[in-house]
Amino acid sequence: MHEWALAEGVIKTAVEKAKESKMKSIDEIDLKIGEMQDIELDIFKFALDELMKEYGMKAKINIRIQKTKFKCNVCNYEWHFDEFELTEDEKEFVHFLPESIFSHARCPKCGSQYFEIVEGRGVWIEAIRGKK
Amino acid sequence: MIDARLEIIEERLKRIKRIVAVSSGKGGVGKSMVSATMAMALSKKYKVGLLDLDFYGPSTHIIMNAGDKPAEKNGLIPPLVENIKFMSIIYFTEDKAAPLKGKDIINAIIELLAITIWDELDFLIIDMPPGMGEEVMAILKFMKEAEFIVVTTPSILSWETVKKLLLFLKNNRCKILGIVENMVMEHSIKNEIEKFGRYLGAIKFDASIEKFIGNANKIMESDFGKDVEKIAMKI
Ligand SMILES: Nc1ncnc2c1ncn2[C@@H]1O[C@H](COP(=O)(O)OP(=O)(O)O)[C@@H](O)[C@H]1O
Ligand SMILES: [Mg+2]
Ligand SMILES: [Zn+2]
Repeated sequence: MHEWALAEGVIKTAVEKAKESKMKSIDEIDLKIGEMQDIELDIFKFALDELMKEYGMKAKINIRIQKTKFKCNVCNYEWHFDEFELTEDEKEFVHFLPESIFSHARCPKCGSQYFEIVEGRGVWIEAIRGKK
Repeated sequence: MIDARLEIIEERLKRIKRIVAVSSGKGGVGKSMVSATMAMALSKKYKVGLLDLDFYGPSTHIIMNAGDKPAEKNGLIPPLVENIKFMSIIYFTEDKAAPLKGKDIINAIIELLAITIWDELDFLIIDMPPGMGEEVMAILKFMKEAEFIVVTTPSILSWETVKKLLLFLKNNRCKILGIVENMVMEHSIKNEIEKFGRYLGAIKFDASIEKFIGNANKIMESDFGKDVEKIAMKI
């Protein structure tokens, strides 16, 4: 997914949730980002800063990248994203739509396309801290 | 933990006036032909988008002969195909199979909805896969205002399955625009359909349609195109 779209999602969600729990200010946000989203951190952080200015926010944003883990449903082999051999085009497709991995890749061990993304997908807000 | 992608979806869809999902219990009844042709008919007067949500059997890009790729700008801007903003999984999978499982389908839909910048639209037409899978549930969850057009053929095998979809949609308080009867020859089940909801119209079986696939003008000029256009004007 695109960095700006993602930053927009994070800030909007945080603002909504803060409103719901009657927070006056948001001081800190903990984010977990799946490695598969293939985020350019510089762009992402810049986008977050710009959007926070727009919303009059000044929160510290802690970003944790979660490594990818795949598991084959046929042979039970487990592996990381680096083990795939993808072309530049395919990497770009996966950046925009992580599920396209099921079209472009197979289990490195048995060749099956019946595998799972166990970890490393999505963008999660783990915690929002602020003053009430 | 909160999924940060969900909040963007609302933002992305908020300038779309009407979302119309073309669905059916059955495959092969003409959903893709009807949705693409309806999008083309509506685009003569309105700003229209077309989203192909049939991940296993994307077809609308073939019907409309879509070539250009989406452009990247704070998300993805759908290319204009026949003056319709077009988005499909084929831009990410090319001609390969997309063997997605339940939760992969939901994730793929969330991602597509979050990255696609439709901007302002009068209509977003969605070509749905057959049945009541995750794609229908995603509409229930993320596009509560969506209206359904349900396609059947006059065959009892199609209609019996389509009735179940209609029941499901009613139970879940979905808006049903009406039912389209496609591939009508001498036998029509109009009376039967009217007991279940609004009959949007019949589309005759048109043996010439196969050779017009990929040629928008030819489709619109065909008997099939004319029948679909009449239906489009009713919604
Ligand atoms: N009214 C019609 N007359 C003749 N053939 C049709 C008609 N509607 C659809 N078809 C053909 O039926 C097949 C299935 O149509 P399609 O739109 O792919 O169905 P679905 O999307 O429901 O699976 C296609 O080959 C299409 O050209
Ligand atoms: Mg179809
Ligand atoms: Zn395997």
